[in-house]
Amino acid sequence: MSLHPARLRLSDLARLGGYGLRSRPLRAVLSALGIAIGIAAMTAVVGISDSSRADLDQELAKLGTNMLTVSPGSTMFGKRATLPDESVAMIERIGPVRSATATGMLGDTYAYRNDRIPAAQSGSLSVLAAKLDLLKTVGGTLDHGAWLNAATDRYPAVVLGATAAERLGNVPAVHIGGRWWVVVGVLQKVLLAPELDSAVLMGWPAATTYLGFDGHPTTVYTRSVESQVEAVRAVLAPTANPSAPGAVQVSKPSDALAARRAANATFDALLLGLGAVALLVGGIGVANTMVISVLERRSEIGLRRSQGATKGQVRMQFVAESLLLSLLGGAFGALLGYLVTGMYATTQKWPTVVPLWALAGGVGATVVIGAIAGLYPAIRAARLAPTEALAAT
Amino acid sequence: MNPRETVASPSETVANPLEAVVTARDTLVGHPVIELAGVTKTYPGGVTALRSVDLVVDYGALLAIVGPSGSGKSTMLNLVGTLDRPSQGTVRIDGHDLATLSDRQLSALRARRIGFVFQQFHLAPGRDALGNVADGLLYTGAGKREREQRAEAALVRVGLEERLTHRPHQLSGGERQRVAIARAVAGDPPLLLADEPTGNLDSVSGAGVMKLLRELNEAGTTILVITHDREIADSLPRQVPMRDGQVV
Repeated sequence: MSLHPARLRLSDLARLGGYGLRSRPLRAVLSALGIAIGIAAMTAVVGISDSSRADLDQELAKLGTNMLTVSPGSTMFGKRATLPDESVAMIERIGPVRSATATGMLGDTYAYRNDRIPAAQSGSLSVLAAKLDLLKTVGGTLDHGAWLNAATDRYPAVVLGATAAERLGNVPAVHIGGRWWVVVGVLQKVLLAPELDSAVLMGWPAATTYLGFDGHPTTVYTRSVESQVEAVRAVLAPTANPSAPGAVQVSKPSDALAARRAANATFDALLLGLGAVALLVGGIGVANTMVISVLERRSEIGLRRSQGATKGQVRMQFVAESLLLSLLGGAFGALLGYLVTGMYATTQKWPTVVPLWALAGGVGATVVIGAIAGLYPAIRAARLAPTEALAAT
Repeated sequence: MNPRETVASPSETVANPLEAVVTARDTLVGHPVIELAGVTKTYPGGVTALRSVDLVVDYGALLAIVGPSGSGKSTMLNLVGTLDRPSQGTVRIDGHDLATLSDRQLSALRARRIGFVFQQFHLAPGRDALGNVADGLLYTGAGKREREQRAEAALVRVGLEERLTHRPHQLSGGERQRVAIARAVAGDPPLLLADEPTGNLDSVSGAGVMKLLRELNEAGTTILVITHDREIADSLPRQVPMRDGQVV
């Protein structure tokens, strides 16, 4: 007769692990809770940051990432440079550029609620001359009223940025350069061009006529074919000011938003680290429970050995129990993390996004933790001599 | 040819397991199932529990190893049950020399050829009678269905057909020991070792358990009872009295 121990089926192994947990349910729940909290924390951190990122991405997609702005930098001698008057027209002639528009800053010109405000209280608002296609190019929307048109841009009429409207109050007209300017519209916040929020915008011809505007654009906004943005970026400076390309600054506003996203990511890493610590503590809890379990169940181990269990089978039983315990915690934690993310995202009006890799990674981590936590107690259980185990009652 | 080769393995006797096994066993009567020759067991620390013990038990026997505590009868059980190895001498169980077997092979031998009954029953508190008996067959390689069928048959055999779904705490001491006996014989091992099987029972339950053991022996199982109780020992066909680690 051959003496080969029969293999323990996987289903029987799972059942064996289950018996151990069911015999002490409260202990099982409490020790799984540590793992659950760790996984829940990590899932929620990843989920919440991904939800906020998804929200930002949605916003960016709506705004487009193909906008580039051109502004004058400093000259070789450190003085403030200007862009040539023709720069907008020249930039428009770059092949992949779909549209180009500009604002021109009126230096030493300020806007007031009325004519009685002291000149020093300018409220840090800028007065800008704007081309008519500005609103369309920067992707801005009106809060109320109307944008400038071919008629109003020749006459004293202004459109207020969101912050400017807040500071000036709901006034029918503002006082600029000794003259009343009618407020025809108010903008909502412009995400890609936040400098417009604190601006009072007027027509290019009106600024020239009434305020002696020199006609130099100070910021040029362009939209390009998406795939050619980088190529356009490379030629923008020499195109805008061929004589001094070094005195031109080119920037991509969507990059600033992306940078904000990256800043969030470093904060996430910190929180994720905290979650990992919770997970580690949970794993130690599971190991502790398993060690105690092995001590208490010596007679069961002895009985199983007398029934023909090999050392390996005893070891497997305890590893299976530990795996099951931490998987239980992991699954519950992943669910909890998902719910927390969903609740938070709903209050922020974000889409709920929990990446699959976070859920799978969480459960995978618990499998590793369970195996490691269970290994030492399981080895101890298997090493127990059957006679010694049976002697313990 | 070794006559043991003819013993049908449990999985081959599903149609009428008991009859097939008993028939096969009859051919083994007169051959030893237990052979101890010059067995000495010394524990680390210098305690000698057995001193050159010789013992031969044939298939189909029913005997008691009797002696006071400290006489070495528990050590004898551990050696015969292949739970421990001798320091000197040879132990042959069911034809296998323990010295030549690995730990895994000893486990397989226990799983298929030896049943244990303990004084403390060792039943799992959360499992009903059927589950306890079926779990005893986990290491024989039988599937879940087969384990349950065999467990039910074994429980019927020990007279507990009314108690299949009772948990240990719902059973009397005698019934618990019957469950433990059912668990030990569910795999039809040729050798059953009972360690003080009546030690935790009142005299009526104890007598019932002894009667059950005699019935199992009549059906062909070799049974070795370890006890300190002379009365129980005297009720069996053969006694092996022990004192201070020696057969007297």
